[in-house]
Amino acid sequence: MTIKEQQDRIIEDFEVFGDWMEKYEYIIQLGKDLPLIDPQYKTDDNLIRGCQSKVWLHAELKDGKLVFTADSDAVITKGLVSLVVQVLSGHAPKDIAEADIYFIDAIGLTSHLSPTRSNGLLSMLKQIKLYAVAFQAKSMQN
Amino acid sequence: MGTATAQDILWPEVELIRNEFPILQQTVNGRPLVYLDNGATTQKPVSVIRSMQEYYTQYNSNVHRGVHTLSQQATSAYEAARHAVAAFIGAHHHEVVFTKGTTDAINLVANGFRKAILKEGDEIIISGMEHHSNIVPWQLICEEKGAKLKVVPVTDKGELDMDAFRSLLNGRVKLVSITWVSNTMGTVNPVKEIISLAHEQGIPVLLDAAQAAAHIPIKVHELDVDFLALSGHKLFGPTGIGILYGKESWLEKLPPYQGGGDMIKQVTFDKTTYADVPLKFEAGTPAICEAIGLGAAVAWVNKIGIHKIQAYEHQLTEYAVAALKQVEGIRFIGEARHRSGAISFLVGDTHPSDVGVLLDQQGIAVRTGHHCTQPLCDRFGIPGTVRASLAVYNITADIDKLVEGVRKAVTLLG
Repeated sequence: MTIKEQQDRIIEDFEVFGDWMEKYEYIIQLGKDLPLIDPQYKTDDNLIRGCQSKVWLHAELKDGKLVFTADSDAVITKGLVSLVVQVLSGHAPKDIAEADIYFIDAIGLTSHLSPTRSNGLLSMLKQIKLYAVAFQAKSMQN
Repeated sequence: MGTATAQDILWPEVELIRNEFPILQQTVNGRPLVYLDNGATTQKPVSVIRSMQEYYTQYNSNVHRGVHTLSQQATSAYEAARHAVAAFIGAHHHEVVFTKGTTDAINLVANGFRKAILKEGDEIIISGMEHHSNIVPWQLICEEKGAKLKVVPVTDKGELDMDAFRSLLNGRVKLVSITWVSNTMGTVNPVKEIISLAHEQGIPVLLDAAQAAAHIPIKVHELDVDFLALSGHKLFGPTGIGILYGKESWLEKLPPYQGGGDMIKQVTFDKTTYADVPLKFEAGTPAICEAIGLGAAVAWVNKIGIHKIQAYEHQLTEYAVAALKQVEGIRFIGEARHRSGAISFLVGDTHPSDVGVLLDQQGIAVRTGHHCTQPLCDRFGIPGTVRASLAVYNITADIDKLVEGVRKAVTLLG
């Protein structure tokens, strides 16, 4: 599935929920289901520090695709992280770097999240794009 | 629209108080608002909102320098607010400096001590339950002057270790700066004893009264405290205004915080002489409207009566703690014998921010996180807490909704 298809799928998934409590239930479930990051990568270097909760994000290149694993100490944050990882993990660095991320707005997350939390989400997206650009540059050098 | 209409079991008249707060009459996320984040900021009664509107619509003008009518009206209102706050804390009006808030007031004192008092090897005492605003200013000046910051430890119950405090007092200590009420745990510190012990060794004391002002009667002369800081917005007044109380002798001794208009006696290019206290510390155009709003807030508290507020909140806190204790897996952070205002807790393994988000979905406003007391959270080995902080307009129904909301959140997160 392309990044665009992944986003459209998530938007469709969220359309079935009647209210935000149901959306949060779903996000919590995603958080619980997110495969844990390998403990060796749960380091300060991989930490995206927010005011409320912590997120660890690890990136590695496998067969030309950038694979992300992540974790958070808060389960709702972890669910949000899971959505981002679903959309962007397993794609070529170039595709990730150039991706137009619209699902967050489309499912109403931007307007519903507190600025702190949505800033955290944006920080994570920024970090993912930085990784993508860095891996892209590295592969071009090689 | 509309909040609880049933009379409160602890104080039926509280419904009249609630009616004075327009913001409480709304719904949030489809539910009647339950506002329990008063430690961060309190809501404003109509009398405060009206006083500020009157300033801008009827006599907006600068203070102290104008000869025209509006300026004189503004000056009178601004200085009347100073008198009102002074009376509220039992001070003389010239001992009250308007600041931007508690943080600004503490920084004013820290800056004065940096310039006029502190030398290498000196010590400043704070406590392990301080808000960052009563930690960082002292760290900054200690680093600069080669002085040491000494920290009074906090017990498992969330009280100050007074034996440790006594042992820290010595001839090198130049100031004790301690919070009256912990913003995270609601612990009320034994400030009379702290002041008395410090004074026995000639050490001045600054009290951070940000979390005390809306809950506890303050009489600075009776306490014999040297400095006291508070914020208007935590006392039903506007943001951007607060006060520093200082004993006149101390305010005389400390150099000006900032230079500018209205803080001078005379300026020449060779030398400037400064205005008398408190104007020496109020350079530039002050927050006039906000000061007037603070005056109105103090008048509003006086109308209710701070003793009555204290008694009611005591009952409400006891009700809240007892009700929250019924939640399975709850763990309180801070269980001091004397407490006020704030109740911090964690439930099972849930992260405080997750609980906070799900409470918000139910229209319940609490604070989550470290509450700008990271060292205190480190002391308890926690990422933060869920904090419900009360004000006089809260009712038992708010607490019942909180308990129900926490239970629902924990079920969803479980």
